[in-house]
Amino acid sequence: MNSEKKGELSELKASLRQFAGSRAPGSTEAKRELFKKVISYMTIGIDVSGLFTEMIMGSGATSDLVLKKMCYLYLCSYAASNSELALLTINFLQKDCQDEDPMIRGLALRSLCSLRVKNLVEYLLGPLKTAIRDSNPYVRTMAAMGILKLYYLAPASCNEGEFVPALKRLLMNDPDPQVVANAVCALQEIFDKEAESGSGPNVNGKDWLLSKEVIYTLLNRIRDFSEWAQCIILALAAEYVPQEPDEIFDIMNLLEDRLQHANSAVVLATTKVFLHLTMSMADVHQQVYERIKAPLLTLISTGSPELAYAVLSHLHLLVTRAPMLFAADYKHFYCRFSDPSYVKKLKLEMLTAVANEANTYDIVTELSEYAANVDVVIARESVRAVGQIALQSYDVNGIVDRLLQFLDMDTDYITAETLVLVKDLLRKYPEWAESCVAVIGGVSHTAVSEQPAKAALVWMLGEYGQDVPDAPYVLESIVENWAEEESETVRLEILTAVAKLFFKRALECHRLLGRVLKLGTEDGNQDVHDRALLYYRLLQQGADVAQKVINPEKRAVNEFAETQSSEAKDRIFDEFNTLSVVYRQPSFQFMAKEQPKAGASSEEDPATPTGVLQGGGDFAHQELLSGAEKEEVAAPPPTASNGAETYSAPNVLDIMSGPPANGNAASVSGDPFATSTGAPVADNAPSSSGGGAGGLDDLLGGFGGQSTSQPQPPPPAPALQLVPRPTLDAGTFQRKWGQLPVGQAVEDSFAPAALAKLTTPQALLRHMASNSIACMASGGNAPTFRFFFYAQNADASGFFLVELIVNTAKGTASTKVKAEQAHLVEPFVQMYRTALQSF
Amino acid sequence: MISQFFVLSPRGDTIISRDYRGDVPRGTAEIFFRQVKFWKGGQEDAPPVFNIDGVNYLHVKVNGLLFVATTRANVSPALILELLQRIARIIKDYCGILSEDSMRKNFVLVYELLDEIIDMGYAQSTSTESLKAYVFNEPIQLDVQKLPNLGAASIFMNPGKRVPGTAVTKSVVSNDPSGKKREEVFVDIIERVSVTFNASGYIQNSEIDGTIQMKSYLSGTPEIRLALNEDLAIGKEFGGTGDLGMVLLDDCNFHESVRLDSFDVDRTLVLAPPDGEFPVMNYRMTQEFKPPFRVFPHVEEAGPFKAEVVVRVRGEFPSNSVANNVVVRIPLPKGTQRVSCEQEPGAVGQSTDFKEATKLVEWTVKKFPGNSEHVLRVKLTLAQERNANLKKETGPINMTFTIPMYNASRLQVRYLQILKKSKAYNPYRWVRYVTHANSYVTRL
Repeated sequence: MNSEKKGELSELKASLRQFAGSRAPGSTEAKRELFKKVISYMTIGIDVSGLFTEMIMGSGATSDLVLKKMCYLYLCSYAASNSELALLTINFLQKDCQDEDPMIRGLALRSLCSLRVKNLVEYLLGPLKTAIRDSNPYVRTMAAMGILKLYYLAPASCNEGEFVPALKRLLMNDPDPQVVANAVCALQEIFDKEAESGSGPNVNGKDWLLSKEVIYTLLNRIRDFSEWAQCIILALAAEYVPQEPDEIFDIMNLLEDRLQHANSAVVLATTKVFLHLTMSMADVHQQVYERIKAPLLTLISTGSPELAYAVLSHLHLLVTRAPMLFAADYKHFYCRFSDPSYVKKLKLEMLTAVANEANTYDIVTELSEYAANVDVVIARESVRAVGQIALQSYDVNGIVDRLLQFLDMDTDYITAETLVLVKDLLRKYPEWAESCVAVIGGVSHTAVSEQPAKAALVWMLGEYGQDVPDAPYVLESIVENWAEEESETVRLEILTAVAKLFFKRALECHRLLGRVLKLGTEDGNQDVHDRALLYYRLLQQGADVAQKVINPEKRAVNEFAETQSSEAKDRIFDEFNTLSVVYRQPSFQFMAKEQPKAGASSEEDPATPTGVLQGGGDFAHQELLSGAEKEEVAAPPPTASNGAETYSAPNVLDIMSGPPANGNAASVSGDPFATSTGAPVADNAPSSSGGGAGGLDDLLGGFGGQSTSQPQPPPPAPALQLVPRPTLDAGTFQRKWGQLPVGQAVEDSFAPAALAKLTTPQALLRHMASNSIACMASGGNAPTFRFFFYAQNADASGFFLVELIVNTAKGTASTKVKAEQAHLVEPFVQMYRTALQSF
Repeated sequence: MISQFFVLSPRGDTIISRDYRGDVPRGTAEIFFRQVKFWKGGQEDAPPVFNIDGVNYLHVKVNGLLFVATTRANVSPALILELLQRIARIIKDYCGILSEDSMRKNFVLVYELLDEIIDMGYAQSTSTESLKAYVFNEPIQLDVQKLPNLGAASIFMNPGKRVPGTAVTKSVVSNDPSGKKREEVFVDIIERVSVTFNASGYIQNSEIDGTIQMKSYLSGTPEIRLALNEDLAIGKEFGGTGDLGMVLLDDCNFHESVRLDSFDVDRTLVLAPPDGEFPVMNYRMTQEFKPPFRVFPHVEEAGPFKAEVVVRVRGEFPSNSVANNVVVRIPLPKGTQRVSCEQEPGAVGQSTDFKEATKLVEWTVKKFPGNSEHVLRVKLTLAQERNANLKKETGPINMTFTIPMYNASRLQVRYLQILKKSKAYNPYRWVRYVTHANSYVTRL
């Protein structure tokens, strides 16, 4: 703060003092002006806490509401940092809490509860207790929120004071909807907090909130609530588990008209209720999709761009679950000139997702127009979208032509994007090599400056050099600039490409190869050096041996690895209508970084790739994150000290299954492109992940003779393998259950976090299903739920039947297992318990 | 739930800042603004939702001002964004207009409003009506005549969202200088049209997004009946494209206050309008309609280093309407070095501007009457002798315009009836139509 400001502040202080006790006519106006000045300083971040005494003296006794409110605002901002002086305010706040005017009572109570000073809690309890029973609803709304504020300040006093039962009473009986809504908010937060920490008298409070009685009370008067309160109640209803199918239809009929609401938050909240209620009824679920389509599209068209973005993010999630649903509506996702780039990017992804046989031609034509767009970012994304659609196997023929036409546009960034895509395409559809390579040969390498594009071009020259007459000479001139080539990825690419071309056109290339190997072995970069040396030694063993390692037969990549597991996607679906959908991450991934105290932690989580999370769009970035890194993020964040070890472990494993993104470990492979596009999944094992795993593996076993690279033996198979998706009809289950004796009975306990998730049994069912254990039936009332599961031995020899009884109040899980093959009970129970514990 | 709320000026100054929960440190306004300003190196618009170090930032942009909320909870993004938008509208209702200036003049009033709108981060009362009882500051209105409204801030405006021409700049709580409140209600039918013409001049894609917006200054919220076209059809109830002459909406949604009891019978909306501005109904239409403008571009070589782009624009709406501020943006080939624009003889109120960096000619026609035509000839000097891609590199041509008293969908308000309290009660009723270009693109 400069001295000028300091001067102003002390002047303010003096003026405030002067008017403090004054009741002269006009003094209220003068005080208002002074207070305004203080608040305006506060707004721009100047610390005016030094005026605390003067502010209280100046307003304590005033009856002017405008002045009072400004004083309250000031108090709530600075009381916490002036806890000693805050005591001075208690007197008049308490007095105001008993004022005749309900508005003053409400204002005073709100301020009193917002002071956030721990040692003043005792003064709060009395007024709060009175306010809950106040005759005026305005005061009661403040009281409901006041209890929540008290809970954060002093949970113990809150729980002793019988405030929670009072809130429950308000929720069930208060005539004013906003009082009810605030009671719901307060209870939900208190219950969630205690369930999360696993302690407190209301650990299982949520069960009460989700009981039929409460949900029906709220839903029956849903129209009385403000649109915001409706959203909160609908979010609660989405977690409700109906006891009989009729309920589902009752609730949906009741809420049907909410889908016509102009507020997108209400529509999305209703959508969530519909989707979650019908999870187990496939055909009704499908009808729900049909029903919500038009309202959601309307929200995108008529809302502000920000809301269009929020709704589009949800549509994107729905489309990945039901791609056919929007296939006919693809024109709705065409970009508009006026759309901001974050909307355009999402729309491009929607177009990619809905593309199918019928509409691919139209979509690709439209995308090609965007490629000529002045907006470079969108032009690039459009080219990528075209490539992405080609990889989805629709109308590859037409798209390859289109991609090659992009090269004619003679625009460097378009050329760059196109080269990378053509490379990916060739890995999946080698049969297109001939037509692509003819065009690629014509691309002037001097016009390509971006690193991934250059790497792609070099790779194609090496891989298809036999068909490009100039290939050796083009490579030669690229080698000329070795010293200027900053990217080691490109230098590694050059090494491999020249070596591969040598096997095809030895006469033209052997001098070039010699030169490159020399440059490589003298290179400052360790990876480049190592690879050059490796090639050199391999070649010493004979060209045949070297070729088998450097340029093995490749199989087309059938499917590029998904960047996200289906489990993560299900989690995001569970968290419909939350930020998870926008970020495309389950909440635990972005909520984990929560710091309870401001500025406490400076240790950055080493595994987190980026501090900034954004929704949508950035698929280029996501693609570059390899499976290895993804898993890192998913794993519980390692502490700073052991971060290094935890980081390396999955990496090592990953080399076996698919090369990591940064290309360090797998850089010796013959197909280095496995490194840049995420791990490829090949159609069968031996050549999986290109030459990456095989090549490295082979080298580890000595450079020796045998050619075909064997994959790393799989980890020791568990004694028992289960059928991933067992099938068993209910009748057979019942019969078997009746016939078989109990093989084993076990007692487990659930962690509180898992219990919290159990509010929707679907989460557990999905989790078990992902462990090859399917559900036959489930039911029960809180706190006791009963599940019947079954699984089948992989050799189809027999079934395992499970009865699970969960008591959410006690956190216990009692299991009875019956097996058709008694000797397998033991290993099965082991698998089952592991699955259960990991929930 | 919201932890903090703030309003920032286009330059990043904090105009309003309010902390509701105390669980997010101070200084977030600076962090937020830096992110938004330099998102991807300033190349892209920052998305409305992002997370930095565990704090979620949600924002909307209204009239150049940034309305921001921070939270640590996994909230519903739609809920928070709708709430931010609503807060902006309430402030506008109270201050008359929404601008940096009016916010600064009325910031104590705004704090007063915020106290009632949000408590502990949860939305409380957001109806302009019920807030009146709890707000005591008198709004300080800006002099409408001297409004710098369309100054620096307007370039940040969301195109087509708020309409300066139709916006009423009067606070809902202030009185007329005469001391008497004027009883009146405004109903605006605002349509945004999107049309894409392909290179052969056919309509490739078209849509109308419309809003029936109401702004009420009526005391005592009397019941209003708003009758729309009787032949209005919605969704697939009539199947296919509908009969000729029928107005067929794909879908629509309604404000909370609207009762639809007789809507299916006689297309009448019944509502008790809350104070202030709100959308009665939003609708979307993809039925074929007559586009108000057609653009006929022509590109030809005119010598070794020369080319000519001729753009003819025809207004195809009735001659009793006049389009305002028609702007035609023509991207030229990237090899363009110099440009000379030739307007038609006797052109009035037209101007052209060549933007060197983006190779874009911007042609403005201030007044463009219906059923008329204007032509612009652009002569280019090229860097290369021959350019095979000349046509490909020109365009797509984009247009923006506003046509008052015209709507493309033909959706009409048949009548606007206010339930009378007494014989003498005869409030002013205004029904206005306006059509904007949302995305009006002609490809070459």
